[in-house]
Amino acid sequence: MNQRRKFLKNASLATIAAALGTELAFAESMPFGYMPVAFQEQDPYKLFSKEPEMVLLNDRPWNMEAQAHLLDDEITPASKMFIRCNGKIPADIDESSWTLTVAGESVSQEKTYTLQELKTKFKKHSYQLTLECAGNGRSEFDPPAKGNQWTIGAVSCANWSGLRLKDLLDDVGIEDNAVYIGYYGKDTHLSGDPNKDPISRGVPIEKAMLEETLIAYEMNGEPIPLAHGYPLRLVAGGYPASASGKWIDKIVVRDQVHDGTKMTGQAYRVPCDPVAPGAEVSNDDMCIIESMPVKSIITYPKSGAIIKEGRELEIRGHAWAGELSVQSVEYSIDFGSTWQSCSLKEASNRLAWQHFSTQIKFPRTGYYEVWARAKDQNGKQQPMILPGWNPKGYLNNACHRIAIKVV
Amino acid sequence: MSESSNPLELVRKLLSVIYTVLGLIVFAGLILIYAVYIEPYENSDVVTETEIVKPDVDGLVEGEGREVVATNCTVCHSAKLITQNRATREGWQNMIRWMQETQNLWQLGDNEVVILDYLEKYYAPEAKGRRQALKNIEWYELED
Ligand code: HEC
Repeated sequence: MNQRRKFLKNASLATIAAALGTELAFAESMPFGYMPVAFQEQDPYKLFSKEPEMVLLNDRPWNMEAQAHLLDDEITPASKMFIRCNGKIPADIDESSWTLTVAGESVSQEKTYTLQELKTKFKKHSYQLTLECAGNGRSEFDPPAKGNQWTIGAVSCANWSGLRLKDLLDDVGIEDNAVYIGYYGKDTHLSGDPNKDPISRGVPIEKAMLEETLIAYEMNGEPIPLAHGYPLRLVAGGYPASASGKWIDKIVVRDQVHDGTKMTGQAYRVPCDPVAPGAEVSNDDMCIIESMPVKSIITYPKSGAIIKEGRELEIRGHAWAGELSVQSVEYSIDFGSTWQSCSLKEASNRLAWQHFSTQIKFPRTGYYEVWARAKDQNGKQQPMILPGWNPKGYLNNACHRIAIKVV
Repeated sequence: MSESSNPLELVRKLLSVIYTVLGLIVFAGLILIYAVYIEPYENSDVVTETEIVKPDVDGLVEGEGREVVATNCTVCHSAKLITQNRATREGWQNMIRWMQETQNLWQLGDNEVVILDYLEKYYAPEAKGRRQALKNIEWYELED
């Protein structure tokens, strides 16, 4: 990483362009489903076709996040999408033999579909869906919270296409006692134990039956990139992104809350009742996270902009609120003393992030911070300081800030 | 005809001289801007926020117990997962217990004390408060 940054900084523009050209050519000529044997050791920027400015948190397992300014596109391209892996990415994926089995206590009878059947038998739907890692912003918690120290960039909103999970479950036939669905994927546990799942989470049946909950086989009009779940991904926008299982080959319909790996214990849970920072919380007092909270990011300009006095500054970004819509976004240039409203677009569909923008006039020269704060449809706003501490550092939706100097 | 074309010719010549001079000034200005702002920025060793927050992400800090930690703790995941985290001795012990109970981490025996001593010493938490000041800002001129 360090080396790479230095290389990029010292290289001339032509060299960079040439280097990028090679990377892209390599990525594009790599057939889907094909994977070099030792791929876990390779340069992730090449392997996953990621922007050089993406930040690598871990290379085993792969975890990578964007920076706020990289997320300026209305629809997040694959090259700027964060990667969260709990285990090892499956090797040797063969699309032609891939199947999805629907099983569990609450199905009338178990049923298996080939990928081809899923693509042809069911109607294809497309939605822009916001996926945010529950631990996005974890790095700010005090005392520190365990896990990858995400800052701001573990969020994306891509255009996902596939069949509705609801259509699939209707085709299988489910019982009235269904409570939850769970997924299983082909990723493998870090310890190498074949009998252990790295992760197997899910969503309540009500969420599973929503129109926007997809079994996706395309992202932004292409086969889903390898790191993001190729060839099949459950996509449940608005929930912690861990509910959107990657490389899935099985869905279980449960008559109880799914108890797969990382559904229980402290994973993806927060204290049911608020606790003091640093408190020990027993597993029984932890509740599963469902909808993500209201949040926004300023994606333009990049933090650190120096502008001339008298110039109006355009800012823009996105706001989202899990299962809810965002009703307004405001900004402050005086550390929260006064707030002005931004213009905010409607979501292109439910669960898609919304775009805000405005023009800012600064009263005089000096150092400023632009803070953005969104409000959800029920009137809940982002806090200016960190929200309630929790042992695993989830749900940090404190307002995003960028630094500006007016000279 | 020739009388009226002469002043026009003069204006044209004058304009072309002015343009050339202006062009040279702009060119010199650009070089100056490049030299003053872009060049030192590109060559300086600006460290980004993440690099500051997570020093030496590729390896564990030098110190007693480092080898024991490297041997036991980088089998399943890289050391980056360790170097990203900060915890008290008790916090580190809890993480180890969690991995032993749920992630196939083996019993560490006498090595556990060595590992905890190391982690407690080199990866201890620092108070951050409820919100930190923005740090490591990379300043740049925003183009119009
Ligand atoms: C047998 C496999 C294995 C070994 C050996 C192992 N770990 Fe882990 N560890 C895991 C798994 C699996 C995770 C979860 C990874 C993830 O979710 O990205 C993890 C997560 C962690 C985390 C993040 C904690 C969290 O709550 O997410 C830390 C810190 C960590 N390990 C430190 C260590 C240390 C220190 C050692 C050596 C004593 C060690 N690990 C050895 C399997 C292992």
